[in-house]
Amino acid sequence: MDAIILQILNGLDKGSAYALIALGLTLIFGTLGVVNFAHGALFMIGAFCAVTLNRILTLSHQVVDPTRTDFLGNPMKVDVPYVFDMFGEAAGQSIIDWSVPLAILFAIPVMVLVGVIMERGLIKFFYKRPHADQILVTFGLAIVLQEIIKYYYGANPIPTPAPEAFKGSFDFGAMLGFDPNTIIYPYWRLVYFCFAALIIGAVFVFLQFTTFGMVVRAGMADRETVGLLGIDIDKRFTIMFGLAAAVAGLAGVMYAPINAPNYHMGMDFLVLSFVVVVVGGMGSLPGAVAAGFLLGILESFASMREVIAFIPGINQVIIYLVAIIILLTRPRGLMGRKGVMED
Amino acid sequence: MTKTNMSRRGVLKSGAVAGAGLAVPTIFTAQSAAAYTNEPTGSSVTLGFNVPQTGPYADEGADELRAYQLAVEHLNGTGADNGMLETFSSKALQGNGILGKKVEYVTGDTQTKSDAARASARSMIEKDGAVMITGGSSSGVAVAVQALCQEAGVIFMAGLTHSNDTTGKDKKANGFRHFFNSYMSGAALAPILANNYGTDRKAYHLTADYNWGYTTEEAVKTSTEAMGWETVAAVRTPLTQTDFSSYIAPVLQSGADVLVLNHYGGNMVNSLTNAVQFGLRDKLVNNKNFEIVVPLYSRLMAKGAGANVKGIYGSTNWHWSLQDEGSQAFVRSFGTKYGFPPSQAAHTCYVQTLLYADAVQRAGSFNPCAVAEALEDFEFDGMGNGKTLYRGADHQCFKDVLVVKGKENPTSEFDLLEIVEVTPTAQVTYDASIFGGELGACNPGT
Repeated sequence: MDAIILQILNGLDKGSAYALIALGLTLIFGTLGVVNFAHGALFMIGAFCAVTLNRILTLSHQVVDPTRTDFLGNPMKVDVPYVFDMFGEAAGQSIIDWSVPLAILFAIPVMVLVGVIMERGLIKFFYKRPHADQILVTFGLAIVLQEIIKYYYGANPIPTPAPEAFKGSFDFGAMLGFDPNTIIYPYWRLVYFCFAALIIGAVFVFLQFTTFGMVVRAGMADRETVGLLGIDIDKRFTIMFGLAAAVAGLAGVMYAPINAPNYHMGMDFLVLSFVVVVVGGMGSLPGAVAAGFLLGILESFASMREVIAFIPGINQVIIYLVAIIILLTRPRGLMGRKGVMED
Repeated sequence: MTKTNMSRRGVLKSGAVAGAGLAVPTIFTAQSAAAYTNEPTGSSVTLGFNVPQTGPYADEGADELRAYQLAVEHLNGTGADNGMLETFSSKALQGNGILGKKVEYVTGDTQTKSDAARASARSMIEKDGAVMITGGSSSGVAVAVQALCQEAGVIFMAGLTHSNDTTGKDKKANGFRHFFNSYMSGAALAPILANNYGTDRKAYHLTADYNWGYTTEEAVKTSTEAMGWETVAAVRTPLTQTDFSSYIAPVLQSGADVLVLNHYGGNMVNSLTNAVQFGLRDKLVNNKNFEIVVPLYSRLMAKGAGANVKGIYGSTNWHWSLQDEGSQAFVRSFGTKYGFPPSQAAHTCYVQTLLYADAVQRAGSFNPCAVAEALEDFEFDGMGNGKTLYRGADHQCFKDVLVVKGKENPTSEFDLLEIVEVTPTAQVTYDASIFGGELGACNPGT
């Protein structure tokens, strides 16, 4: 029982990331009809927003400390961050400590801008092209973005820790009356899950209860009619692209402390997120979210030692296996709508 | 009037015969001149540096390349100083190239993929005329390139490769490794672990699902079990895994009180970060502090894992903080040129280049068979690891192994590991036959 609860918890944070990326993918596919293979790269750029803000906050000037020597035996130059000069050492230290949550504010404008530039600069030229062309061009774009990040940040993962207050884990098992240490869960992953739930909720509220959201939903259902009503749907769709980019970016920012960001992390999530979208049903937002969590949890279960002992290698194929089964039994995915990608 | 009986056809025939006769000796001379692949005939000699310039180990590859460039400067006598040439026990090299030939180099990108690495090595041998190939940051790549060099008839001086197989079951007569291996890591680590954590421990292994992971798991398992530890479980994790939470969460439930991470590079950074996030190190299991062990450490990896490495034991081939003359000379050269201390990958690559050059100089020839003979059972010192033997039976270097620990209070971004013990060679030496494999005969090619 405790092992099951543990793996469900484990699946939640990974599922959160899948759900957030898949949500953006579905949003873009539903509104613009574009299969965006660069969406994983947006997640990665989000994580690097956290890295960048951390670097900005730790920008330092060097002070020579004559009491210590460096590795060559010369007097050691100690880096003193400018924020220490501005706010004092204690306040400066806590600003640096909270750089990941602060990066949310930094990432929103950056990601919206990246999204709008991507859409206006490249993707809009591919709206009327076949899906294969869209996949090729966005996949190419993903590789370009990846290489740019690698050029500036290197190939190694860059540790981006969560604030000190969220270090460590809490004993969930003890709360539920199990033995201590049986179900432990890191605080930051819990924060991530709550954050993801908040963002997903906000996106749904935005689409459901605002005029803008209503027009977008109408556009998703029947683009032509909305256009005939004199509404500039293209402009709204561009904004939607920016929004989807921001959602992926925020998923990346908050993911940075879970796994040190590296240039390749977007690709690792992209393929799985596509499976999530397909399993959830192309164009279905609730489907994307539900499938995200479902596959995240299943993946966790499949990597249990007992399960691997029973079916070796299952941890690497479970998601695809489930995708095949669902597509065979429900060809439109869990919550897919009729007519999407069937023309 | 005499009539010459020479027809047009006759002239042609005799011309052809004469031509062929003249040509035969040239063909024979050409063959006998090129006694081995890519024999250098001009005033320079070309070495091939095959390192990951893209892909997950690109930063490690970049450091290797820096070390190679430094080695070339020192060999040609064009550097700011002479680095380890001053401290190397063999004094055959004069700083005027190798056998008087200026050292030039070409580089290839292994991408940490065996096929890409073989393709770039082949190109350097066939197109650029490289007489020796060196480099690599993965055992899979090293084994593949070593086999290619054996077929092509050039020497392969392995870079960073830690699997037992490189000089074990996949060893080749043309291949040589200076870096240590999984067996040595296990043999060096186990006593330190037993001293610090006691002999009554239950270990849980997470192992990267490929060749190097298996040999490391095996080595650490065998040597810790010999000390009295019990292995509770050993779980294979996919090489592409980035989030290890679902593998780490069940560790505490298993009753284990030590987690051994047989991971390298990005895998290790992520699994260690996840383990620390789950608060494993703050736990008390079986009335003992829960501990984590990383059998193969590198400073570049420690940098990626940040503060998570504090207090964690592992082993390493070399570390810049070593105080011997050779290490200090190398750190000085490298640090002055590049502004930061070299990694263990840089060290082994630099040393391999010098060892090759020295062997050529002593053999008086670039012929791979002569070079191999000069390297076999060669004993040297002054290269940073104390007295070292290049064992002839398997072409593996035997030297001291460093047991290190993540530093609690680092003074700089490079000061991440502290040396806990220098395990003497005798303790990590094994019989050459235990891993199987055959060296075979050296192949001079052509």
